[in-house]
Amino acid sequence: MTGTYEPWDAQRATEIIAEYRSVEGPTVVILHALQHVFGYVPEPAIPMIASALNLSRAEVHGVFTFYHDFRKEPAGRHVLKLCRAEACQSAGGNALAARAEAKLGVSIGNTTADERVTLEPVYCLGLCATAPSAMLDGRVVGRLDEARLDALVAEAQR
Amino acid sequence: MTTRIFVSRDAGAVAVGADEVARALTQAAAKKGASIEIVRTGSRGLYWLEPMVEVATSKGRVAFGPVTEADAVSVLDAMLADGSHALRLGVAEEIPWLKRQTRLTFARCGVVDPRSVEDYKAHGGYKGLARALTLGTAGILDDVTKSGLRGRGGAGFPTGIKWKTVADASADQKYVVCNADEGDSGTFADRMIMEGDPFVLIEGMTIAAICVGATRGYIYIRSEYPHAIEAMNAAIAAAKRAGYLGAKVAGSAHAFELEVRVGAGAYVCGEETAMLDSLEGKRGMVRAKPPLPALKGLFGKPSVVNNVLSFSAVPFILDRGGQAYADFGMGRSRGTMPIQLAGNIKHAGLFEVAFGVTLGELVDDIGGGTRSGRPVRAVQVGGPLGAYFPRALFDTPFDYEAFAAKDGLIGHGGIVVFDDTVDMAKQARFAMEFCAIESCGKCTPCRVGSTRGVEVIDRIIANTNRAANTTLLQDLCNTMKFGSLCALGGFTPYPVMSALTHFPEDFGAPPRLQAAE
Ligand SMILES: Cc1cc2nc3c(=O)[nH]c(=O)nc-3n(C[C@H](O)[C@H](O)[C@H](O)COP(=O)(O)O)c2cc1C
Ligand code: SF4
Ligand code: FES
Repeated sequence: MTGTYEPWDAQRATEIIAEYRSVEGPTVVILHALQHVFGYVPEPAIPMIASALNLSRAEVHGVFTFYHDFRKEPAGRHVLKLCRAEACQSAGGNALAARAEAKLGVSIGNTTADERVTLEPVYCLGLCATAPSAMLDGRVVGRLDEARLDALVAEAQR
Repeated sequence: MTTRIFVSRDAGAVAVGADEVARALTQAAAKKGASIEIVRTGSRGLYWLEPMVEVATSKGRVAFGPVTEADAVSVLDAMLADGSHALRLGVAEEIPWLKRQTRLTFARCGVVDPRSVEDYKAHGGYKGLARALTLGTAGILDDVTKSGLRGRGGAGFPTGIKWKTVADASADQKYVVCNADEGDSGTFADRMIMEGDPFVLIEGMTIAAICVGATRGYIYIRSEYPHAIEAMNAAIAAAKRAGYLGAKVAGSAHAFELEVRVGAGAYVCGEETAMLDSLEGKRGMVRAKPPLPALKGLFGKPSVVNNVLSFSAVPFILDRGGQAYADFGMGRSRGTMPIQLAGNIKHAGLFEVAFGVTLGELVDDIGGGTRSGRPVRAVQVGGPLGAYFPRALFDTPFDYEAFAAKDGLIGHGGIVVFDDTVDMAKQARFAMEFCAIESCGKCTPCRVGSTRGVEVIDRIIANTNRAANTTLLQDLCNTMKFGSLCALGGFTPYPVMSALTHFPEDFGAPPRLQAAE
């Protein structure tokens, strides 16, 4: 939940970077650690990582933008991920995704105007035997039908 | 007397209420003043029965499922009194769907406590390692080669040959890397093992490390798998405490340190060289081969890179000998395959069986047809890069070569079932779209071709110059197939072309006669 993230703090970021800078292949580890604490990786973090690891700013920026997980802005208060991959499609996932979009008034990949809910696609959660699947703030939900989806959307809007 | 009750902590069970059921059972027992102990296991893989709950009895573990929170009181009563219940399934091991399987890799999954080394050992764990330590490099290689084990990640490369290449290389540092990126839709076997029997993976990687002389290992787990990440971290810590990881593995002279690394939402990072770049902290770009990762892998050092299931098959092989594993299977596909039945299928779950079972048996007989109750129309085998099969090809046996001969692949063993409401032109479009989203961008046929592919299929669907655009789509698929550096661009034509070939009517062409029943 985004509500539990700390506000951006350069001093705290410096400490996090220092903690992980000597692991093997640190860049992705550091980006994860920063996002874990702040909920996103703000622009000023990129040159900080670059100088700590002796990399160019462009290199770190390139890594940051390559991966779908990393955010440059905070997400909504809740993040609802709907699985859009084949097994969930076969079990009625497309109609449920359209229903969630209609209920929230945003298309997948966007945040509601009140900044409460970010609706995102995910390509398989490994719950394909209890499809269709979703994840709300890290909690997994399977066997979605209209009623279960509606309850999930309502929970996300709270 | 304390009654032992088993509830799965597998993400697939949790997603349908296992945590709530465990809590409700605890509350119900407290109210009754009954003494129970709840053990959180992995899943047995009978997902349509999850949350499945078991109780230890003198006859064995008796199962109930699917249990809801509301059933907790009555199920607990039936458990304590050994009484009847509508959800009572009998002794778990006797459930026909489980009994029909050959569980070598998944023997312990759903049975043991995945946080306990002791429980793992009590169920035959670490016997393979003990024997490996007496055999040394040559002996281990001999068994792994004899077993006929081929990589379960998709490509099916012989594991013994890979390990020998790394063992023969000389370097100051070697690595063992486990590919737990499991990005294919319809697959969840890696996740189940990591959550349900993580020590079997640790043991398999440890045997690999001893075999090739590696002292460091990584498990690259996709970020979409938080439960697996937690389970592996807990298991690694437990194995360290028990002396199975660290400076002296099981009291031997071998050192082996193991660490979990988390992916960041990129399907292409399941490709082994992209995964190595990602582990090095870079963009997950596919590397040209050669050099092979076995010789120049992680940080340029010789590295064993294998899938979760490949490593997890090894403890059995070392415990019982390579021949015991090779005794199962057909042709050049030896041993068992943990097959994953997914999507719109009645009996969805994990079915481990010797190679050779037909697609039709898997879908109709074992899977029980669709969950929706409508006729099965198409099944996609092997993830988003795998072909769509019509019923007419249901006699194809599950075997690497037999699937290749039908222009398909078994990949990581996922089978996704679609009923007759599926629109195959839309599925073909999705395959191209997925490739466009996930392309690493290194080569043009993949990067540009996939986006073009979406546009061309859109035109076919809209009935704009259908014949010409269908020819164009075929040409595009050929260019991608032969001009791409890795299988993301190279294999996306499989789902597209199979949809077009077997279901032409969905693309506005006359139906194929042999596809009709
Ligand atoms: C686009 C792409 C995605 C892949 N994803 C995975 C994956 O998620 N897990 C995996 O084990 N192998 C995956 N592979 C195959 C790996 O490149 C490699 O063959 C495998 O890790 C080798 O291990 P094995 O021999 O034990 O199968 C993928 C390949 C490609 C081209
Ligand atoms: S085929 Fe696609 S994913 Fe593979 S190397 Fe080329 S651009 Fe990258
Ligand atoms: S395809 Fe949706 S969970 Fe696997």
